[in-house]
Amino acid sequence: MLYAILCYHSEAVVGAWSKEEDEAVMGRIAEVKTKMAAQGRLGPNLRLLPTTAAVTLKKSVEPPLVLDGPFAETKEQLLGLYVVDVASLDEALETARELGKANPGGSYELRPIGYYDPASPPAS
Amino acid sequence: MTDIAWIDKALASARPQAVAALLRYFRDLDLAEEAFQEACLRALRTWPDKGPPRDPAAWLIFVGRNVALDHVRRRAKQTALPDEDAISDIDDAEADIAERLDQVDYRDDILRLLFVCCHKDLPATQQIALALRVVSGLAVRQIARAFLIGESAMEQRITRAKAKVATAGVPFETPGAAERVERLTAVAAMIYLVFNEGYSASGEELSARVALCDEAIRLARLLLRLFPAEPEIMGLAALMLLQHSRTGARHDADGAIVLLEDQDRFLWNAPMIAEGLALVDKAIRHRRPGPYQLQAAISALHARAKTFAETDWAEIDLLYQALEHIAPSPVVTLNRAVALSRLKGADAGLDLIAPLAERLSGYFYFHGVTGALLMELGRNAEARIAFDRAIALANSAAEAAHIRAQLDRLHIDGAEGERKSKSGSARRPV
Repeated sequence: MLYAILCYHSEAVVGAWSKEEDEAVMGRIAEVKTKMAAQGRLGPNLRLLPTTAAVTLKKSVEPPLVLDGPFAETKEQLLGLYVVDVASLDEALETARELGKANPGGSYELRPIGYYDPASPPAS
Repeated sequence: MTDIAWIDKALASARPQAVAALLRYFRDLDLAEEAFQEACLRALRTWPDKGPPRDPAAWLIFVGRNVALDHVRRRAKQTALPDEDAISDIDDAEADIAERLDQVDYRDDILRLLFVCCHKDLPATQQIALALRVVSGLAVRQIARAFLIGESAMEQRITRAKAKVATAGVPFETPGAAERVERLTAVAAMIYLVFNEGYSASGEELSARVALCDEAIRLARLLLRLFPAEPEIMGLAALMLLQHSRTGARHDADGAIVLLEDQDRFLWNAPMIAEGLALVDKAIRHRRPGPYQLQAAISALHARAKTFAETDWAEIDLLYQALEHIAPSPVVTLNRAVALSRLKGADAGLDLIAPLAERLSGYFYFHGVTGALLMELGRNAEARIAFDRAIALANSAAEAAHIRAQLDRLHIDGAEGERKSKSGSARRPV
């Protein structure tokens, strides 16, 4: 079965890592990933850019509202995600609005991706 | 895991919030810093055993305040009673800490702390030093290294800055909307100064000063978390990210300057570009353009161009025109001249900057650009004069070396060029 592993940490703390510290962590992660990939267990993995680069599309209202910043509500839960290839934030919003029409209610947070490894598609 | 390295990072990242809140309580920069230091020492003693608190900043503020109040009380026994103002918030010292730490308080606290550092009486160098020391918490040794001066000289500079701030008085009233904008503008300018202090570095000083760029970006992100809907702050963060994304490509292995057109774009930092572009896009949606947004939008066009040849000079020219309109300065026009020369030829660029000659006569880049444009037109003798002036005004060894390399090219091309122009002078278009 497939599992998603969602990464949470203090953005301020991780943002204060020096380049060397960051590279050391990424190096250790790469070792684990290599092992997982060899076993055919690694799916797409990625690193998001800071929440300060995010906007949120609130689709519980009509028309949906674009708010600056990350999704901040605590009464709703993360239920899924899409990775889309777009040329700009406007294109990303257009895509999100289209998805929102198919599935109104709740919100989408749109956050640029800093590092993306599509890896091999999981076997099952 | 509560290892010491993690605690160090947690303390460092909680610092602006904690010092800013302590400054509100004590209205004294030194006391606020001391209180924070004390709280950090206690954190290092207790966190490894008990685990870190849920909200490190709140913990540090609470402990720091109690520690400092102890100090104030002890001092009070030895000397006269303290000024009421200095301990104005003692009464609510036991108030529910969580309530005191709501977002609005944080926001104005941190803005105040940053604003104190960019007091208009402080020269730029002191503003930067003070912000790096007080807000970022860099050690005096680190700051001194970045400024290439001795530790004691830097210590003095910071002490002088603090004294001036103390005399001037810290603005404690909660800012209204207009003051908030005013403070934000001043703080943004100070953060960009910090950035440029790092960005203008070259040669051996590069590694020590690049850290200032990272720090400035961190401060801009902090500001953006507090004011998530301010397009100019998005623009500032984007501008710095996009410029800094090229750091790895701006100098060759020998420390020589590599021009934008010659940079290996694979060396540009892709995540920084992605973050910068996202912020530019976000800012534009507000339709309230400002100088940082426009400069960031120009940087974004360079970042989006896969090769130098693909650069959208027409759009860059338009953006510079907009910038000339809202923030006119000869330096902006000089930059536009470079774009225009790419678009319409070196002649057009030279025409645009000719009227600036007097005002920019002491500016390195003016003579560098003039020389390059003249060289492109084969006006080698004039180019040489411009380059000579540029060298005399160079701000660093790398800049001087770069112009000298241009002069060398002039000698080689020049010999050919003169030969060509002699033989081809009859066919020369008028």
